[in-house]
Amino acid sequence: MTLEEVQKDAQLTLVTMALGSQTLAIPASALREILDPLPVTRVPGAAAFVPHVVNVRGSVVPLANLKIALGITGEADDGRSRILVLEVALDGEPALVAVTADAVYEVATIETGLIERIPETASIWPPEYLVGLYKGPTGFVLLPDLAAIFSAQTAHAAAA
Amino acid sequence: MIDEETAAVFREELRDLVDSLERGLLDLKAAPADMALVNQVFRDLHTVKGSGAMFGYAELAGFIHRFETAFDRVRAGEVPVTADLIRLALAARDEIPRLVEGQADTEGRRAAILDGLAALRPEGAEAAAGGADAVAADTDRAGADAVGPMALEFRLLGPALGLGARPEAVLAELRDIGAVDIVADLAEVPPLDQLDPDQCMIVWRALVPAGISEAQVEEAFIFVDAEWKLTRLPVADGGGFDFGLEPAEAAAPAQDAGEAAAVAAPVVAAQAGPQAGVQAAPMAAHSAATIRVSAERLDALMDAVGELVIVEARLTELARQSRDAALMTTAEQITRLAAGLRDATMTMRMVPMRSLVGRFRRLVTELSDRLAKPVTFAVLGEDTELDKTVIEKLADPLVHVLRNALDHGMETPAHRQDSGKPATGVIELSAEHAGAEVLIRVRDDGRGMDPAKIRAKAVAQGLVAHDAVLTEAQIFGLVFEPGFSTATEVTDLSGRGVGMDVVRRTIESLRGAIEIDSKLGQGTTVTLRLPLTLAIIEGLLVEVGGEKYTLPMAAVHEIVALPQDRAEPKRTGDFLDIRGRFVPFLRLRSLFGCAGAAPAEQNVVIVSAGEQRVGIVVDRIVGTNQTVIKQMSKLHAGVRAVSGATILGDGSVALILDVGHLIGLGRTMPVGPVAVAGTGFAEVAA
Repeated sequence: MTLEEVQKDAQLTLVTMALGSQTLAIPASALREILDPLPVTRVPGAAAFVPHVVNVRGSVVPLANLKIALGITGEADDGRSRILVLEVALDGEPALVAVTADAVYEVATIETGLIERIPETASIWPPEYLVGLYKGPTGFVLLPDLAAIFSAQTAHAAAA
Repeated sequence: MIDEETAAVFREELRDLVDSLERGLLDLKAAPADMALVNQVFRDLHTVKGSGAMFGYAELAGFIHRFETAFDRVRAGEVPVTADLIRLALAARDEIPRLVEGQADTEGRRAAILDGLAALRPEGAEAAAGGADAVAADTDRAGADAVGPMALEFRLLGPALGLGARPEAVLAELRDIGAVDIVADLAEVPPLDQLDPDQCMIVWRALVPAGISEAQVEEAFIFVDAEWKLTRLPVADGGGFDFGLEPAEAAAPAQDAGEAAAVAAPVVAAQAGPQAGVQAAPMAAHSAATIRVSAERLDALMDAVGELVIVEARLTELARQSRDAALMTTAEQITRLAAGLRDATMTMRMVPMRSLVGRFRRLVTELSDRLAKPVTFAVLGEDTELDKTVIEKLADPLVHVLRNALDHGMETPAHRQDSGKPATGVIELSAEHAGAEVLIRVRDDGRGMDPAKIRAKAVAQGLVAHDAVLTEAQIFGLVFEPGFSTATEVTDLSGRGVGMDVVRRTIESLRGAIEIDSKLGQGTTVTLRLPLTLAIIEGLLVEVGGEKYTLPMAAVHEIVALPQDRAEPKRTGDFLDIRGRFVPFLRLRSLFGCAGAAPAEQNVVIVSAGEQRVGIVVDRIVGTNQTVIKQMSKLHAGVRAVSGATILGDGSVALILDVGHLIGLGRTMPVGPVAVAGTGFAEVAA
């Protein structure tokens, strides 16, 4: 998903969430459900990005840590953490994945014209995994490129 | 046109018929004089033609009609069964699916096949039925039938339409044999308020050209599941019919007593009438014993049973906690019922190997002809059943293994004779149950594999170090390594498509394993070990460092306590002496980097695959459970030690350990933890 594709539509509905000290926004169209923390099962030998699996209504779904992919640090364990179940394209096929959020804020509709490209240089974030960012009420909000992040990981897993 | 569901039923039936036809033809090649086989082939052709016409595939019916005509001459003994005939017939068989899909015959294949079939003649004899329309060679029934044009009248009796008769299909068949001037007589059709929709009051009349026998006309009615009446009318001089006549039945005998008596008395198609009987018998037997269910419905049922088993585990857990006797009894009953339902559902999904074997026989026959390496292809254990998912995925790997056996394994007849073997080679495909596994073997008596050569090649390609110490089995295992297959081995047959590494990957994705055993000069045996089912297995739940894992019960050989003197790893390596046999073991705790210290008493689960055994040290055995296998996500494709996951009674996820992989680890004995795959985003996280 590129910025150009996102900006084909004038507006975009997003779910904003906290990840460490950052605020991220994920397209509401990719969101399947938001769950309270679940018991997780560690997968020995799995990459740090997807260390666990969880049971989402009878399906075994990988639980990913976006902080690893985006180089975000910081923990926030104040009981507001949630699990977001998303449908993303893994190698072109739709698949369920879960990601942890330190908190979920709101559903917001924004003008896509407000989304800016990540500056190529001097960015603390990896530009290949971000669609762009926009100025939210309390600071910058990052739009992660879920397809790129997860596809990079399947390529990595297949090579392992 | 017919609706999609009916078309699907037709295609399904057609696939069976085409398979049966192929089998018949191949059998016939081996036993050309077997008239029962000839008749079977003929019956299959006839059914394909009939149902094709019934479902509106006119082009198919026309093609099969001419195919059948040619074959009828075999049945009559006019044309012998030759390799050429079988080859043409098999080629014709291949056209059937294409015809159904409506593919155009741009290369003129069909015409060539039909011409070839029609051209088959007994030696020296210029067949009586010269010309393209060899239709008249319907010899067994021709008898005293008139050859002049016939005028016919037919009607459907009783509640024919209610029984599903399709007069338009009959009309189409009649048209196909050349009937013209087909006219419907509506005189008997009552006014709408008196019309019984189950009855067909329309009477049809048609003119059948010269050369068509009465028997051929009757064939048009073969698929009418109701009573019908066919009457022969006198031919009016100018052609066509004089509708002013009184009812035809009365007129017919009066005018032409010699040949006009009712051609066929009313016949109940399913029970009487020679052709109808032949046709209906196998079908009736078939429908009484089985019912067709779409694969999706079976999958849906399996999913539902899977969910049920999970919920049942949850219920049992809750009942146990409640200590309520009545609830526990009920939960126990549910457990028993769920197990019964699971077994019944799994049985339903079982398909015999037979369904695959047909295409292999064809493959081997054709390849052996093409490579000029005569072989006998023997199949043992065709009735061995496997889960349908396994069967479906097995076809391609087996094709590859068979191709290899013929292309690489088998020597030329000259070579074979030089080495004192019979000129004709043997390839044997066998399937048998062994515990919770099915063993499928492809054995050939060809040249065998040379471990020294394989080793040299692997060293040359950098797959193994030149000084590596390898057992023979490990050397044979090298051919499954990606990149082992070399250009020198590629022929137009085996070089294409999948390599042996893909074969192994496919088998492993089915939770199976593949082994090669070979003796230089004596032949090669490739063994595929496959699980009976992919959906639900009996699992042994174990605990290590507070984490639960499941092992497939079928692979568990025994459980022993870890001797105290083995509690800590020894420099000499971790081995157990199990009744005089040294079994290496792995510590799951260190392998998986589990948290916490080991308890005072640990258990060793001895798992086996074939002759190989490895112990797995765990903290605690939790018990056995029904394990509904869930696939791991692609994100975890790199985690080789885990083959799947399952959901436990408390709703948590337990990983299913890949016994084959663990055994591999145990044989090579790395003592440290498994290589951690890294973040996958190292450049970012760092």
